[in-house]
Amino acid sequence: MPPQGPWTFVRRNPTIVIGGLLMLFLVAIALAAPWIAGDPLKLAPVNRLRPPSERFWFGTDQFGRDVYARTVHGARVSLVVGFSVAIAASLIGLAVGLLCGFYRAVDAIAMRIMDGIMAIPSILLAIALITLTRPGLWVVIAAIVIPEVPRIVRLTRSVVLSLRAQPFIEAAIAGGTRTPRLLLRHILPNTLAPLIVQSTYIAASAILTEAGLSFLGVGVPPEIPSWGNIIAQGRSFFLIAPWSILIPGAFLAVMVLGVNMLGDGLRDRLDPRLARRM
Amino acid sequence: MSEPKPPAAPARPSLEVFDLVKHFPIRKGVFGRRAGEVRAVDGESGCGKSTVGRAALKLVEPTSGRIVVAGADVTGLSPRAMWEHRRRIQTVFQDPYSSLNPRLSAGAIVGEPMENYGLSRGRETEERVAALFQRVGLRPEAMRKYPHEFSGGQRQRLGIARALAVRPEIIVADEPVSALDVSVQAQVLNLLIDLQEEYGLAFLFVSHDLAVMRHISHRIAVMYLGRIVELADKRALFRQPLHPYTEALLSAAPIPDPARRRRRVVLQGDVPSPANPPPGCRFHTRCPYAVARCRSEDPPLREVAPGQHVACHLRDVGAPPGPLAAAGA
Amino acid sequence: MAGDAPLLEVRDLACHFFTLDGVVRAVDGVSLALARGETLGIVGESGCGKSVTALSILRLIQKGAGRIVGGSVRFEGRELTTLSDDEIKELRGHRISMIFQEPMTSLNPVLTVGVQIAENVVRHTGAGWREAMDRAVEMLRLVRVPDPERRVHDYPHQLSGGMRQRVMIAIALSCDPQLLIADEPTTALDVTIQAQILELMVELKEKTGTAILMITHDLGVVAETCQRVMVMYAGRKVEEAPVGELFANPLHPYTRGLMRARPRLDEDAEAAGRRPRLQEIPGIVPSLNRPIAGCAFAPRCALATDRCRAERPELEVRPGGHLVACFEAGRDAP
Repeated sequence: MPPQGPWTFVRRNPTIVIGGLLMLFLVAIALAAPWIAGDPLKLAPVNRLRPPSERFWFGTDQFGRDVYARTVHGARVSLVVGFSVAIAASLIGLAVGLLCGFYRAVDAIAMRIMDGIMAIPSILLAIALITLTRPGLWVVIAAIVIPEVPRIVRLTRSVVLSLRAQPFIEAAIAGGTRTPRLLLRHILPNTLAPLIVQSTYIAASAILTEAGLSFLGVGVPPEIPSWGNIIAQGRSFFLIAPWSILIPGAFLAVMVLGVNMLGDGLRDRLDPRLARRM
Repeated sequence: MSEPKPPAAPARPSLEVFDLVKHFPIRKGVFGRRAGEVRAVDGESGCGKSTVGRAALKLVEPTSGRIVVAGADVTGLSPRAMWEHRRRIQTVFQDPYSSLNPRLSAGAIVGEPMENYGLSRGRETEERVAALFQRVGLRPEAMRKYPHEFSGGQRQRLGIARALAVRPEIIVADEPVSALDVSVQAQVLNLLIDLQEEYGLAFLFVSHDLAVMRHISHRIAVMYLGRIVELADKRALFRQPLHPYTEALLSAAPIPDPARRRRRVVLQGDVPSPANPPPGCRFHTRCPYAVARCRSEDPPLREVAPGQHVACHLRDVGAPPGPLAAAGA
Repeated sequence: MAGDAPLLEVRDLACHFFTLDGVVRAVDGVSLALARGETLGIVGESGCGKSVTALSILRLIQKGAGRIVGGSVRFEGRELTTLSDDEIKELRGHRISMIFQEPMTSLNPVLTVGVQIAENVVRHTGAGWREAMDRAVEMLRLVRVPDPERRVHDYPHQLSGGMRQRVMIAIALSCDPQLLIADEPTTALDVTIQAQILELMVELKEKTGTAILMITHDLGVVAETCQRVMVMYAGRKVEEAPVGELFANPLHPYTRGLMRARPRLDEDAEAAGRRPRLQEIPGIVPSLNRPIAGCAFAPRCALATDRCRAERPELEVRPGGHLVACFEAGRDAP
């Protein structure tokens, strides 16, 4: 990309900038949670179901826990799940997809396995995995990663297949480039742009899936506050204390919005067909 | 890098292709080529001319037939031996945009083949790439740039530098100027001719453009539907084309001189599908001279005059070359 | 040119594209006139503005990307730049038709070619469908598609490239237009098929009297089909002349360069036994996103003087119906 000043970048990529700023803000409060908020688990029955006030910015829940502290700490779970799922699914999917796109024998077998995995509904898989093992953050991540992998594999594979037909790949072979180097130097870098875009969408959907699983009670254990289980626990008191649901819900929406804007912006920026229009 | 090879006395052909069959585009072609010579392959789309070039590098696997490089058969080579072979025969691609990896710098693109074959590494590669850049008319500072920062003509120079990087003996150039503007075509053609004379390269030049062909080549093979129909010295071919298809091709090309608007042989009909070529002589469906024999019997490529090969029933061996008369006349 | 009012008259047309990298002056003050039944060629290399000129005449420049910023286009006495969208749509495919380089992408793959021809007839003449289908067969016969009664029911993918271009021509001529704009009509075709299409176009022009604006990069195509030719460079007209005059006596250094840069098929280049060098035009086409001081060709021109670099040459009339925009016109390279 040609060099350009920061303002030019902002002007040309408003979605990346806004999405990025939202994410930066959420990452910052997640990292700073222990210092900017109190103990999210501290019970205070005297202060049950207090509306937002100067002392409890976001009010309290039915056990008198500070919704602000819980929401801020909940951001950590969402971010860890979002990033871990995106990274793990991308790495596994990329490796399998590269091999599938390049070796026909691998393709025939691996793609059938991927078809099989795609046939499993992700929520049910998560419930099954969690009932088989002890509940915990890593089980949730694994349960979300597995059904996402085939999508990345398919994406990578189709990109690799179209790249293989490109003359520059033929040129590299004619220039004596061996297969491992061909994969790493010529094919891999050209698959990254669509992959990065796809992984942001996966991060967004992972954040939502985690919230959903926690809401259903099969996600992260209740002692770790997550936006999903905060909402689940608050739902019986929705009419009396709507803040205990609306505020974490709003944070969840803002985070997913931020990730998706980042993904859309990156897609527009990295997609060469669109970029050429400039 | 700069030691100019003397134009080698053509002892044996540097590239020979025998009875190459690639289903479906190519059927049969027998070529021989001497070092320091340009053989050009000419014909319309779907005639298989690009496939000949790609088969010579084994970028496509021929269905049958043999490819001989400097006397050694490379058809059944192991991948390792094939890798060795590719060093001697390099290629320049048609599309200067899609044939360069957009994510590598220009210097890395040209340096890669050198490092692949262990000809140099590190600093040495950089120096040699810089020298090559200069040779093909690019500034060495441009090594750090990426392909999209170059114009079409400059990109084609990059492609040429990449082909030269491993000091090949043969260069297959597949329509190297057809994607370029006229004013830039001349720059690239001149460069190719200079390089050939300097390095004693043999060129297999694939093109549909007769004027370019006439300018650059020594001998020309004309292909139609996967088959060589005429193979001759350039001057003989342009003076008196022996195959009716060559004749039509020559007369079809528009000439930039309104004073010379001529009566032309406009071929009727379309090029049949190469997947399902007509029986007999493949050209008979469009040939103005076709006789009954042409519809049933496939003419072999024969040398009818010294150095002039043609696959046509109407040309007898030893007969004086002259214009054909329309059938039945 | 002289005599009655021209069929098409373009004056000082300017079409700019507004991109993030600045304003691209794709066409920057081009004038041309075309008489009834005449063929005018526009020659130039990629990015010289020849296609944008043609698209501007029909107002086919994508909205939001580019805009006609000045000049006038008069066709049969009507100003086209100020017509409403509906009025210009009525004109397209009816009084003025256009054919493009790529006949595959210009045809709708899910409709038979007959329907595509008939559609145009129905839209512009109000004829019934049955009548329009008869017209489609008649048009296919006119463009010499063999067996038109059957071919009319074919889909575009069932036809070869040459046949598709014939269909495009059939659609374009189906409403007896006064002007046919042909944008590189044969560039995507094989040499022998190109010859067929060019022959067909010349013959149809004689038969129907349609004026043709032929846009091409190939001087050979111009020489074979056109009566007059204009050469464009960097968004401007640099030379215009009757075709015989231009080829016999090119005045602009760029036109001369183009002619010499092309290897010739009709002369023996190898008289001396060695391949001569082609005459190159050094350098590349300038980018049009910043204003060019002086003559746009000056950086590549062997004749360029300080004046050429500072001052823009305007078109001057020379003998023989010749127009040229060059201070050093007609001089030979030193």
